[in-house]
Amino acid sequence: MDVGQLQRQFTDYTASLFREGFLDDQFTQLQKLQDENNPDFVFEVVSLFFDDSEKLVNNMAKALEQQTVEFKQVDAHVHQFKGSSSSVGAHRVKNVCVTFRNFCEQQNIEGCKRCLQQLRHEYSLLKSKLETLFRLEQQIIAAGGSIPMVE
Amino acid sequence: MVVSCKLSGSHVKLWRNRKQKLVEQQRQLRPKQQQLAQSSSKVAGKWRKKLLIIFVLLGVIISIWLFWHLNKDINLRRRETLTNMCDERARMLQDQFNVSMNHVHALAILVSTFHHGKHPSAIDQKTFGEYTERTAFERPLTSGVAYALKVLHSEREQFEKEHGWTIKKMETEDQTLVQDCILENLDPSPIQDEYAPVIFSQETVSHIVSIDMMSGKEDRENILRARASGKGVLTSPFKLLKSNHLGVVLTFAVYNADLPPDATPEQRIEATVGYLGASYDVPSLVKKLLHQLASKQTIVVNVYDTTNASAPINMYGTNVTDTGLLHISNLDFGDPARKHEMHCRFKQKPPPPWTAITASVGVLVITLLVGHIFHAAINRIAKVEGDYRQMMELKVRAEAADVAKSQFLATVSHEIRTPMNGVLGMLKMLMDSGLDANQQDYAETAHASGKDLISLINEVLDQAKIESGRLELEAVPFDLHAALDNVLSLFSGKSHEKGIELAVYISDRVPEFVIGDPGRFRQIITNLVGNSIKFTHDKGHIFVSVHLADEVVGPPDLRDEVLRQSLNIVRDSSNNSYNTLSGFPVVNRWKSWEKFKKLSCTDSMEETNIIKLLVTVEDTGVGIPSEAQSRIFMPFMQADSSTSRTYGGTGIGLSISKRLVDLMGGEIGFESEPGTGSTFSFTVAFTKGETSLLDTKQQPHDPAGSEFQGLRALVVDCRSIRAEVTRYHLQRLRISVDKTFSLISACSYLSNNYDPSASTSVAMVLVDKEVWDKEAGLVFHHMLKELRPNGTVEVQEKRPKIFLLDTSLSSAERNELKSAGFVDNVLMKPLRLSVLISCFQEVFGIGKRKQANRGKPLTLGNLLREKRILVVDDNAVNRRVAEFALKKYGAIVTCVDSGKAALLMLKPPHNFDACFMDLQMPEMDGFKATQEIRRMESKVNERIKSGEVSIEMFANVAYWHTPILAMTADVIQANNEECMKCGMDGYVAKPFEEDQLYSAVAHFFESG
Repeated sequence: MDVGQLQRQFTDYTASLFREGFLDDQFTQLQKLQDENNPDFVFEVVSLFFDDSEKLVNNMAKALEQQTVEFKQVDAHVHQFKGSSSSVGAHRVKNVCVTFRNFCEQQNIEGCKRCLQQLRHEYSLLKSKLETLFRLEQQIIAAGGSIPMVE
Repeated sequence: MVVSCKLSGSHVKLWRNRKQKLVEQQRQLRPKQQQLAQSSSKVAGKWRKKLLIIFVLLGVIISIWLFWHLNKDINLRRRETLTNMCDERARMLQDQFNVSMNHVHALAILVSTFHHGKHPSAIDQKTFGEYTERTAFERPLTSGVAYALKVLHSEREQFEKEHGWTIKKMETEDQTLVQDCILENLDPSPIQDEYAPVIFSQETVSHIVSIDMMSGKEDRENILRARASGKGVLTSPFKLLKSNHLGVVLTFAVYNADLPPDATPEQRIEATVGYLGASYDVPSLVKKLLHQLASKQTIVVNVYDTTNASAPINMYGTNVTDTGLLHISNLDFGDPARKHEMHCRFKQKPPPPWTAITASVGVLVITLLVGHIFHAAINRIAKVEGDYRQMMELKVRAEAADVAKSQFLATVSHEIRTPMNGVLGMLKMLMDSGLDANQQDYAETAHASGKDLISLINEVLDQAKIESGRLELEAVPFDLHAALDNVLSLFSGKSHEKGIELAVYISDRVPEFVIGDPGRFRQIITNLVGNSIKFTHDKGHIFVSVHLADEVVGPPDLRDEVLRQSLNIVRDSSNNSYNTLSGFPVVNRWKSWEKFKKLSCTDSMEETNIIKLLVTVEDTGVGIPSEAQSRIFMPFMQADSSTSRTYGGTGIGLSISKRLVDLMGGEIGFESEPGTGSTFSFTVAFTKGETSLLDTKQQPHDPAGSEFQGLRALVVDCRSIRAEVTRYHLQRLRISVDKTFSLISACSYLSNNYDPSASTSVAMVLVDKEVWDKEAGLVFHHMLKELRPNGTVEVQEKRPKIFLLDTSLSSAERNELKSAGFVDNVLMKPLRLSVLISCFQEVFGIGKRKQANRGKPLTLGNLLREKRILVVDDNAVNRRVAEFALKKYGAIVTCVDSGKAALLMLKPPHNFDACFMDLQMPEMDGFKATQEIRRMESKVNERIKSGEVSIEMFANVAYWHTPILAMTADVIQANNEECMKCGMDGYVAKPFEEDQLYSAVAHFFESG
């Protein structure tokens, strides 16, 4: 596969991620921040996000399984998650977090659990998508091309 | 009363004066004052009532006294009248009686002289009768007189023989039937020691001749007393013979010889020879007398014989009923043994004392009337006072309700926003969940509506805050120019869309820095400009200009170019346009501030550091219908319902603006003409900003764009005002400006002034789109090329750059122009400092040396480069992103993950220039951390100030204040106010957006 094709594929894929709402402007902002001094910035941040997220999701699940659910605790986790997801531009994850927080506020355990499910789902979806994206990126770099900017 | 009035008066003043700040205090103060006023008025009311009662009682007493007094007077006078009348009558009666008595006495002496003194007697019955008859007028009161001779029993026979009749005895004790008394029927007198037979008599009483007077009991007594005393004596009243009247008999003794005046009774008895008697008819006597007097009707006279005091005998007058007043006069008829009295009475009972009654009743009535009036007045006062208190209470309640309403509104709007965020979030999610076109449309509509709702709620919140007096204005130094640039950048998108020219101009006389509330100032202008944009359609302009109020008030030569021109708008007849920003007619802006009361601040000379700005927003929109102009500043009022439908919006913006302007000590006004446009003007008072007032830690004024200083520019524009606006913006970069009106004149200008070697040659030409057309542009372009004396690169660099100014070129058109080489770049209006700088930097290549970024980040880079910044966030991802974003702009970033760690880092001395703080963190959140930091700093500052510690220990910084910016994802929730409250300097939204980051950071690093 030549570089041009890869680049086109990369652009299309990124565009689809934006279109389907997985990502938003913030992701573009991150990409803009990346320069020759920090070539792996986006990757670095996103992996940080992944680590953080897994920890947080596990914490949430644990907190929700408790006999008496500490909604404040859950809410704190969701808040964290929302913060980091909005930082990387994980749009859909962030939106689920917003809903999740509302349920926490209402102390609606059913809703919380449903949201956690949804969050897991969205998160794994995003993770696989981003992994694909990074793979494409690496392929382009390996092929000696540059990452095209998606405006 | 007065006291309470004064109290409430001063209270009202107080209330007005400090209305804003002392609301709470007043609320506590007020009930006290009211109670005071209430109690004092109550006391006054009681006093008034007491006084009234006293007054009425006094009136009643006076009227009673008056009655009594007048009545007494009347009675006294009546009594006096009665006394006078009675005494007069008594005296007259007495006089007349005495006259009669004297006459009888004289008669007695006559008898003595002529009967007994002569021998033979000169008087016989005939003589006596005649004489007495003829002298009867002398004794009008006597019914008759008779003379009886003293005859001893021894002389009886001889006497009887001599006269030829026997001495007869009075027949009966009863003398009533005098008429029937016939001498022949009378019995001869029984044998007695002595006899007193009547020998002479007046004709009227001739029937008593020969009757022995000693035989009548009354007469006998009378005779005995008379001869013993030698004076006239009276009998008690008895019924007279013949006439049936009560009468008295007067008896005088006749002595035979002259008696010495001091003769003893025995001598007198011895010398007695006879007795003269006269009968008095008392009733006729009195009646006659009374007839002689006037006003006999008014009084009733009774004459009594009161010799026997226990049984007085009524001699005259009927037994009248008692009429109250009685006067008794003593009568002296010359007989000391007898007492007579005259009793006088008024015939009628005394009439009611009408004068006294009317006078006193009058006084009483007047008193009662006055009392009633006062009572009514007091009641009225009490009622009015009661009403007043009630009103005050109601007023307090209404005010409280008003405040409560505003607070309620504020709370509710705050509360609504929270679920609204959920709604918006869900909608956003819904929109992302792969909807079909229709559904997407619905969801988008719902989302847009929700956003509108949020902005409405924000406005309502503002309104409520202002109304409840909770909105407090900041007083921070800020850059007017930057503030206006901010507003303009907000609307640049919309103005592009609509193709409206948007421009801002600040008079040179307006100072760069002022102290006031930049946020609220911006809000006013944003509201006005937003309004203008809403009502202006694809033609014309919106022009924001700022002048000193003094410029308008002062003499015309003080005004600057733009003001002068905009005040004398002339119609350019050649191309049917006006001398305005866009050539469209505008309303007379002078009228918009005509009604301002305190346009000039010259009235307060001491406040010389107060500057009054006049901001004018002029548009060429649809204008406001004249019938709606009066209510334009009322909340939720729009020009009319149809406008509302066409243009949407809540209509609260202008109301908020007005209130904000009021808060800032200014006035707002407008002039509008349907079809032409509107001009809104307002004044605000700011304090003159001193650069030295700004934070010492902040860098001196950032030389943003200072690289262009000293360059020369030529502005080609056919509209002088617009050219002036361009000049203003260029001058902010310290670029000197010349102006021409067309490309042709620009050519000649350039060829005249072109000298590539001179440092002062024209470096740029700014051409407005209106004077630009392809052919002229081409000519101009060629002309510039020809200016080049030789084709060396160096000179190429020196060639003037050409910029095109436009409002609505698409990027495609722009690129076309640029690539054609006609222009070096296109400047999109509205002009702003940042836009100019970035554009110039791009063209002149200055920016490339610094940062490879486009547009504003360059300036952000300028601001943040080499700045040490502490980022506090517990979220690793966020921390990393923030760190990176800031590093990108050249900042030196340190990260910590908790509020506590931040405290350690920011303990003075430290070398951080700013801190970005997440708000929601476990353990210690951003608010708390900031408060702690501020506390720490103020402690250090105090110690430095007091000289406790040397300034060297704290890195030579005398005043520690690290700018702390909140980072928050929830901009709405964590509003500016809250941040300010705990000592933060501002906030930025997460994730970072360049615009916002710039404006937040610019506060500290640029405006220094």
